[in-house]
Amino acid sequence: MSNLPLIAAKGRLLGMEAVHRAASGHIGGSLSSMDVLTALYFGEMNIDPANPGDENRDRFVLSKGHCTPALYPILALRGYFPIDDLKMFRSVDGHMSGHAEMRHVKGVDMSTGSLGQGLSVAVGMALAGKLDSKSYRVYALLGDGEIEEGQIWEASMSAAKYKLDNLCAIVDVNGLQIDGATADVMPSEPLDKKFESFGWHVIKIDGHDFDSIKAAFAEARTAAGKPTAILAATVKGKGVSFMENDAGWHGKAPNDEQFAVAKAELEAKIKELEGAE
Amino acid sequence: MSENIATRAAYGKKLVELAEKYPELIVMDADLSSATMTKEFSKAYPEKFFNMGIAEANMVGVAAGLATCGKKPFVNSFAMFSAGRAWEQVRNSVAYPGLNVKVIGSHGGLSVGEDGATHQCIEDFALMRAIPGMTVLCPCDGHEMRLATEALMEYDGPAYMRLGRLAVDTVTDSIEGYKFEIGKGSLLRQGSDVTIIAVGMMVQMALKAADILAAEGISARVIDMHTIKPLDEDMVLAAAKETGCIVTSEEHNILGGLGEAVCGFVSENCPVPVIRHGVEDCFGRSGKAPLVLKAYNLTPEAIADKARLAVSKK
Repeated sequence: MSNLPLIAAKGRLLGMEAVHRAASGHIGGSLSSMDVLTALYFGEMNIDPANPGDENRDRFVLSKGHCTPALYPILALRGYFPIDDLKMFRSVDGHMSGHAEMRHVKGVDMSTGSLGQGLSVAVGMALAGKLDSKSYRVYALLGDGEIEEGQIWEASMSAAKYKLDNLCAIVDVNGLQIDGATADVMPSEPLDKKFESFGWHVIKIDGHDFDSIKAAFAEARTAAGKPTAILAATVKGKGVSFMENDAGWHGKAPNDEQFAVAKAELEAKIKELEGAE
Repeated sequence: MSENIATRAAYGKKLVELAEKYPELIVMDADLSSATMTKEFSKAYPEKFFNMGIAEANMVGVAAGLATCGKKPFVNSFAMFSAGRAWEQVRNSVAYPGLNVKVIGSHGGLSVGEDGATHQCIEDFALMRAIPGMTVLCPCDGHEMRLATEALMEYDGPAYMRLGRLAVDTVTDSIEGYKFEIGKGSLLRQGSDVTIIAVGMMVQMALKAADILAAEGISARVIDMHTIKPLDEDMVLAAAKETGCIVTSEEHNILGGLGEAVCGFVSENCPVPVIRHGVEDCFGRSGKAPLVLKAYNLTPEAIADKARLAVSKK
């Protein structure tokens, strides 16, 4: 599969179905980060779903750990587990926890959920790679609300100190968090200058443009001696008209009526992309 | 004459010894390596030592990441910061995924002394004990600390260990048949009228209290409960049955620590009087460590008082 927009569209539909079935889950930020995740798992990362514990594999940490409605569908589509397992999402009878869970969900490299902690873990993985002279890379996906946590900046300092050029953080800059616009809740811009001043190589892209995403990952590999932060401008709720740019859809599930509309829109997109193949 | 050494000093030296045998060992500190005694390791093995700066939350998270890649990190700071400041990182990034990270809390309890209440952690046992699956240790002397450090190296899973600031008499090396095992208390002195279950530097005081009590004709058993979790239930049960009353003693708030662990077990399995000796739910204050301990009744005499009270309630 190399049609990334089509994979992402399928991922969006699977995520939407999982959240609707569970009647809970974080759909807004999952839709905004789906394209970046697709590009990681279907292109950038050196991984093998048949050998998820390979010590030489690239690692991924979902620091914004609530975006499992993006990660789990992508892992399923990539072949880590059957798509049918997504029916267990947030179910007390299943193993697919609401936040990313490494012990029970194949392909998840770190359990996350409490915001601000994932980047530190990614730093540790990258540091281990350096210690063992391994060539694997480590990716972490952060939210632009999440980076209000002070630990992110502790981790940023340490990544620069140890010159972790095998580490790439992607910030899903959708501009919204639970209580509203990040600019109102806690202004964090200019993010590029912040990361630069912490010693990182910074790349700003449109987080829904696959060519830009791929180019950014390629550029990150060339930033010698420095970790890279990709600031991906995205749309919260991307791909579902009534969810786009609405903070209300951060952690809310659609009702049956809303789900029908969302499903129809996502299915139309899949059909359109399949037709273009 | 037995040695007199702080558990933190014994720990620091032991880490250096273990480095060759355990190549996965990584030592991390948060700008306190002179105090936590990891400095010697940092000099001997600079490539395995990471000073993470004054950022304990990140240190714990980085350790978690290293552990996912097969490393065996020991993270070091004062108990106040490794167990306190970084509690939620220990809970969510280490214990919940079950990662092999050893969290070390040096300078536990009131015996920090002059630095005062902000640095005198009397809540670390409670904080760490409350996390599912967490192992919690506090060895009482240098000999026990060396054994505990190696046992932690061998133990695969999340654990917390408290170290003390003050030099203390080594007592466990002269106990016949003594061996260290995580989760198994050490019977230091046999007795039949009351059992004193102590942890950390209160163990030495408990032995002195037993001498005081013996002079009055009260036979006190003394248990060194270096592992607070998992609690050695067999040993506690035997103490409850055979001596009929228990005193717990810890350099910790009487809420949430060893005392309540013992109370919880005893009340459900063999209800006998249990008197908790420790810090009486208040903050400490600055002062020379021995004087601070005395000001808060952390003395052999106070333990003996509690033992008399326990016996009177039988």
